[in-house]
Amino acid sequence: MNNSPFILAPASVTAVMLKVLGALLPGVVVYAWIFGPGVLVQIVLASLTALAAEAAMLAARGRPAGRFLADGSALVTAWLIALTFPPIAPWWITVGGTAFAIVVAKHLYGGLGQNPFNPAMVGFAVMIVAFPALMSQWPAQGLSAAEQIGLIFGAPRPLDAITAATALDALRTGLHESASAASVATVMASHPAFGQFAGRGWEWIALAYLAGGLYLLQQRLITWHIPVALLLGLGLTALPFWLADTAHYASPLFHLTAGASVLGAFFIATDPVSGATTPRGKLIYAAGIGVITWFVRAYGAYPDGIAFATLLMNICVPLIDMKTQPPVFGRKERR
Amino acid sequence: MSTLRKLFGFHGGVKPDPNKDLSTREPIGQLALPDHFVVPLHQSVGGTPRPLVAVGARVLKGQRIGAADGNVSAAVHAPTSGRVVAVEPRVMAHPSGLAGTAVVIEPDGLDTPCERDPFLWRSVEPAEVRDYLRDAGVVGLGGAVFPSHLKLRAARDHPMQTLVINGAECEPFITCDDMLMREHAAGIVRGAAIMGELMQPREILIGIEDNKPQAAAAMRAAVQAAAVRGMEVVVVPTRYPAGGAKQLIRVLTGVEIPHGTRSTDYGLQCFNTGTAYAIWQALEQGMPLISRVVTVAGNVARPRNFEVRIGTPMGTVYAAAEPLADTQRYIMGGPMMGFKLPTLAAPVQKATNCLLAGTASMFPPPAPEMPCIRCGQCAEVCPADLQPFELYWFARAHNYGKAQEYFLFDCIECGCCSYVCPSRIPLVDYYRYAKSEIWARERDKTAADGARLRYEARLARAERDKLEKAAKLAAKTAAGRQKAEQALSGGATPDAAAAEDPKKALIEAAMAKARAQREAVQPKNTDGLTVAQQAEIAKAEQRRELARQMAENKEAPPE
Ligand code: SF4
Ligand code: SF4
Repeated sequence: MNNSPFILAPASVTAVMLKVLGALLPGVVVYAWIFGPGVLVQIVLASLTALAAEAAMLAARGRPAGRFLADGSALVTAWLIALTFPPIAPWWITVGGTAFAIVVAKHLYGGLGQNPFNPAMVGFAVMIVAFPALMSQWPAQGLSAAEQIGLIFGAPRPLDAITAATALDALRTGLHESASAASVATVMASHPAFGQFAGRGWEWIALAYLAGGLYLLQQRLITWHIPVALLLGLGLTALPFWLADTAHYASPLFHLTAGASVLGAFFIATDPVSGATTPRGKLIYAAGIGVITWFVRAYGAYPDGIAFATLLMNICVPLIDMKTQPPVFGRKERR
Repeated sequence: MSTLRKLFGFHGGVKPDPNKDLSTREPIGQLALPDHFVVPLHQSVGGTPRPLVAVGARVLKGQRIGAADGNVSAAVHAPTSGRVVAVEPRVMAHPSGLAGTAVVIEPDGLDTPCERDPFLWRSVEPAEVRDYLRDAGVVGLGGAVFPSHLKLRAARDHPMQTLVINGAECEPFITCDDMLMREHAAGIVRGAAIMGELMQPREILIGIEDNKPQAAAAMRAAVQAAAVRGMEVVVVPTRYPAGGAKQLIRVLTGVEIPHGTRSTDYGLQCFNTGTAYAIWQALEQGMPLISRVVTVAGNVARPRNFEVRIGTPMGTVYAAAEPLADTQRYIMGGPMMGFKLPTLAAPVQKATNCLLAGTASMFPPPAPEMPCIRCGQCAEVCPADLQPFELYWFARAHNYGKAQEYFLFDCIECGCCSYVCPSRIPLVDYYRYAKSEIWARERDKTAADGARLRYEARLARAERDKLEKAAKLAAKTAAGRQKAEQALSGGATPDAAAAEDPKKALIEAAMAKARAQREAVQPKNTDGLTVAQQAEIAKAEQRRELARQMAENKEAPPE
């Protein structure tokens, strides 16, 4: 027994999520190509954990497991975790972060559609607070596949020769530790983590994410508001500082291509469940993430700020949405 | 005719498969007279017409058989000549299968028309023309069946700018306006010109979606031939619901008419093409509204449009298009806004623009409902610029106050949101249900007010009775004595009757008072409501039952 409309556009949550995964693929490929296969191992680990945790929670909550497992939302969370965690993070970090994301951040809040916080970012934040060192090591150049997999599954990780900080991390520690002597230019020149604009290889990964993001836009799964506002918020905050003191502040371009900026703009902040939904709300929400990200990067204790910025803005979403309700048909002047 | 007219967009909308080709291959067909007609009295927004005929009466084609009940109502007429065999409740085309009073007519096969004097509409006052149209039963044929005479008056302080004739016909499968425009363009144009004379707009724009080039060409030719000043055919992009009156007005003029206001206050008005044709027929052909074009499409061997007389049982109309054997459901209206027919015995009425036959695969039941993921796709397509998912959250939480704050009643129930929702939430059902609940609460509240009044009245009555009793008691002894004396003198009878009478009068007075109170309360209920709101109440009422069923049948929503 159903009522009109009797025809429906072909659409499903599963299709939405699969498209998001598809849009992430170019980024995954470029990532693996530049940093080695560690990230692929992480994706498998996170995916399996997410599905298992999801199944267990659905069973515990008495929900139809088949239908909800197939919705693909757990996989998106898993992939975002795998892509934001270090590719050589020990397996238990990934498993723990993913399980926390699914069990606590998603299901304890009521499951699909109910979580006020982005689950992947909750997983990231918890893990980086608990294990800051392990969450900051990226594979050094030329680390073989075997070595990467070894590190993930428990090989001792003593040396800087096999692991490296990200460009963001290196820049901050470089600037902080060597005080006034160092400048962005010297740090960048002296450290292997830096490439053309930002981290070595990160430009290409960012471009690949951008391609996926454009696909999401084209598919109308996201609107332009969040990516544009986030990147603008980040870039425009970086700009005056950089102009005022090029020696100690990285350029907007560095910030835009470094770390999870583009991933965050198109894939993380755009998580519909935990993000703002009105057009103006999206602008405010995403610009906020961009600005906060810059401050965390510049002054915080952690290498990247996207996760904390996202979680902070998640808190504001109900208020933002309430205050930015778009005018209704015929009531444009009156509101 | 300028082709450079600037068109405006409207927010949202969707592009479902139009499915219009099959039913436009053959010209509008005629149906043989059925064995009997079931003419519903209530066919338009407003009051239910009073029956003017009794069982056994002979009626002629076009004879008025139901008189408009007040001004917000429209008459109904006999579709053919014959004999009235019943005036009784019959099941109606209505989601809940509710019955409504109908005049059942057995045709005599002669189809003798009712003689009527030509109506010289040009030489009478516009108000008289409007009364004539009310008595000719002309109502909006786009589906809203709002009495047309009520819309044909410009606002006193807002001269008419634009009269919009709606030939957009945006809903899939429906082609009745398309075919009418192809075959009767001249009549439509003349009807539009009559409306123009009554309302004196600066321009008359006939909006047609660009997927109906033949209709547009026919209408253009007719406009050119009629040479009506300021009349123009405007082709608009095909996008559902471009045929919504407000959406079409917006596309053509850029003006957004807010919910709950009259478009004439903005110098605008909108009529369906079929209505224009009906006005022409009524005023210049002397033919009241007794038939309309109905599309029969979907799972039928011969999808086609028919000119169907009002009151024809739907089964007869379907049969003419030969439904296929695997047909499982029958829908009145289009696939976006129509409703499932409870029975094919229900008659075609003025609102019946389309009859769809479907199979489970043609109109599949939606996949199981998933939780809302706040993806916002519903908001992207909402032509009323609402946030459908917010309305859904509030409706589901029975937070009706919030739902109204978020403009629940601005929702036109177009179905775009449900159409795109990846979580397959039957959003519109939630809104229908919420609306009907809100109306029900309003009614309960008014009823409660009425009960309070009645209670106070009862207290007053009790008080009065007490006084009266005391008075009677005092009078009794005296009266008894008098009576006894009269009995002795033999003149008892008239006085005994007189003694009975005051009691009766007292009861009657009390009853009259109660009636007056009831009546005083009821109008208060509807006094403050605009006609459109009343229409909405009626609509919400209609759906209430259905929504109830839906709420009961559905498993507890997931998550
Ligand atoms: S389209 Fe459906 S899932 Fe998406 S926000 Fe609207 S109601 Fe929620
Ligand atoms: S049914 Fe109502 S809420 Fe949904 S799209 Fe149409 S107007 Fe908007």
